[in-house]
Amino acid sequence: MGLVAFFTDPLSYVFIQRGLVAAILLGVVCAIMGTFVVLKGLAFIGDAVSHAAFPGVVIAFIGGFPIYLGGAIAAVTTALLIGFVSRRSRLRLDTSVGVLFAGAFALGILLYSTIKSYAGDLLGYLLGNILGIGFGDLVQVAVLGALVIAVVVAIRKELLFATFDPLGAAASGLPVSLLEYLLLGLLGVTIIVSIQAVGIVLVVAMLVTPAATAQLLVVRFERVMLVAVVLAAASAVAGLYGSFYLNVPSGPAIVLIETAMFVVALALGPRTGLLASRSGRVAGSARSG
Amino acid sequence: MSLEVRAGSLLAVIGPNGAGKSTLLKLIAGLLRPETGTISVLGGPPGGRARDIAYVPQAEAVDWDFPVTVGEVAMMGRYARIGFGRRPSADDRRRVAEALETVGMAGQRERQIGALSGGQRRRVFLARALAADPELYLLDEPVTGVDATTQEELMDVLEAEARAGKTVIASTHDLICAAQRFHQAAFLNGRIVATGPAEMVLDRQLLSDTYGGHVLILPGDGDRLVLDDAHHHDQAAGGERHFHDEGV
Repeated sequence: MGLVAFFTDPLSYVFIQRGLVAAILLGVVCAIMGTFVVLKGLAFIGDAVSHAAFPGVVIAFIGGFPIYLGGAIAAVTTALLIGFVSRRSRLRLDTSVGVLFAGAFALGILLYSTIKSYAGDLLGYLLGNILGIGFGDLVQVAVLGALVIAVVVAIRKELLFATFDPLGAAASGLPVSLLEYLLLGLLGVTIIVSIQAVGIVLVVAMLVTPAATAQLLVVRFERVMLVAVVLAAASAVAGLYGSFYLNVPSGPAIVLIETAMFVVALALGPRTGLLASRSGRVAGSARSG
Repeated sequence: MSLEVRAGSLLAVIGPNGAGKSTLLKLIAGLLRPETGTISVLGGPPGGRARDIAYVPQAEAVDWDFPVTVGEVAMMGRYARIGFGRRPSADDRRRVAEALETVGMAGQRERQIGALSGGQRRRVFLARALAADPELYLLDEPVTGVDATTQEELMDVLEAEARAGKTVIASTHDLICAAQRFHQAAFLNGRIVATGPAEMVLDRQLLSDTYGGHVLILPGDGDRLVLDDAHHHDQAAGGERHFHDEGV
C-alpha cells in the first residue's frame, strides 16, 4: 500500500470522514478551552462537569428528550453551581467539586439502574464513539464548537487578564466574576459536545493534555494556545488513523497520542526536559529566589 | 478614624503583617466592600472610576509560572481601555513600550515573567500600572524584597508620577523608605492607628503602638530600626494616637 493510499483509503468511508472532521473540531475547541482550564487549575472541575452530565443523559433518555440537551443542561448547571458554591461557602474549591461531582454521578448510575428497557447505548456515553457520529450530530458539534471558539477568541485578552491576575483585572474595571461564570458555562458546552468523541471518562484528557504539553514548550500565552490547538488537531488525525488500521477504539487512541506527546515534551522540552541544561535550571531558580 | 489622601501625594501604608494593609488597598480599589464606614475614591464610590486606578498585587499573590511574557503583562494595563473584542492600537503599544522603558525593562519584552529576578518582577508590574495611565496607584508592597538600587529607581518613578499630579498609595515594611520617600503615612494595626506626615514613621512611641511593642530600636541612632513582628498577634496595640497634619 502506497503512502497516499494509506491516508486516502480510510477517507472513502463516510463514517471516517465525519469522525475526522468532528475529532479535529473537538480537539481544537478543547485545546482552546483547555488553555484556560490548565492555567486556572480547573482540570478537576472539568472532570467533575463531564461526569455530572451523566444524570442529565439518563434523565433525558427516560423522559424521551434529546439526550445531549439533557447532558448539556446537567453539565452547565453543575459548572455554574461549582462556581457559586466555591464563592459562597467556606469550603475549599476541590472539596465542593468532589461533593457535587460524586453526588451527580451517583444519581446518574442510580437512575440508569432503574431503566427496565434496553439502555445499552447509554453506556456508550461513558466511553464515546466518534466514528458513530451522525450528520445531525456533526452539524451540532460544528455549530457549538464554532460558537465557543468565537466567544473565547473575542474575549481572550480579558480572560487572560482575569485568569492571570483576578484582583488587578477587577480593579481595572473588568467584570471578573462574569468572565469566570462565562468561562465555566463555555466549559460545560465544550464538555458536552466532546463527550461524543471520547466519552465522559476521557474528556478531561482532551481538555488538559494538549494545553499542558504546550505549556512545557512555549512561554507566550497566545503561543501556548496555538501550539495546543496544533497538537490537538494532529492527535485527532493520528488517533483516528490509528483506530482505523489497528482496529482499536478512537477515543482512547486520540487520548493516548496526546499523552505520548506530553511525555515527549516533558522529557525533551526546553523548559523542563532532560535536555534542558542543568546549569541553566539552577541559574533560573537562583534568579527567581 | 479617618484618612484623607491628597491628589499628587505619596501615602505609605505601614503596619505589621495582618494589620490590614492589603485589605485597605482592596477596599480603595473596590475589590472588597467596607462593613462600616465610607470610602470615597476620585470623587465617587470605590470602583466607580476603575479605569483610572491601577492596582498591583503583592508578589506572593502572582503565579510566576504562568506562561506570559513581560510585554504581555505590561499590555494588560491597557486592556480595560482597549475594550472587548478589540486589539491593541499603535498608541497602546507605544504606551507599553514607554512604560517598560521608564522602569528599565525595555530589552526584556519576550522573557517569561518567572525567569525574572524579584526586582525585575516588581518593575514589570509597575510598568503595567504606568501603561494604564491612572490617576491613582494602589501598590501592595511594591518595593518589598528588591535591592537598594531597584528600590530607589522604583521610588523615583513613583515620585515623578506624584509630581505629575497622580496619587500613590503603597503599603511597605520599609520604614526608612516610608519616612524618606513618601509624603504622608498611615499606621495600621487592625484599624488606622495614626495618620500624618511621613516623618512621623520614625516616632518611637507610635512604632511601638503599631507593632505592639515588638520594635527593637537600636540606641543612639534614629535611622536604625529593627522590627520584630513575629509575635504581633499575641499583643494588641496600645492606646490610639492621633497624628493630624501638624505643620503641613
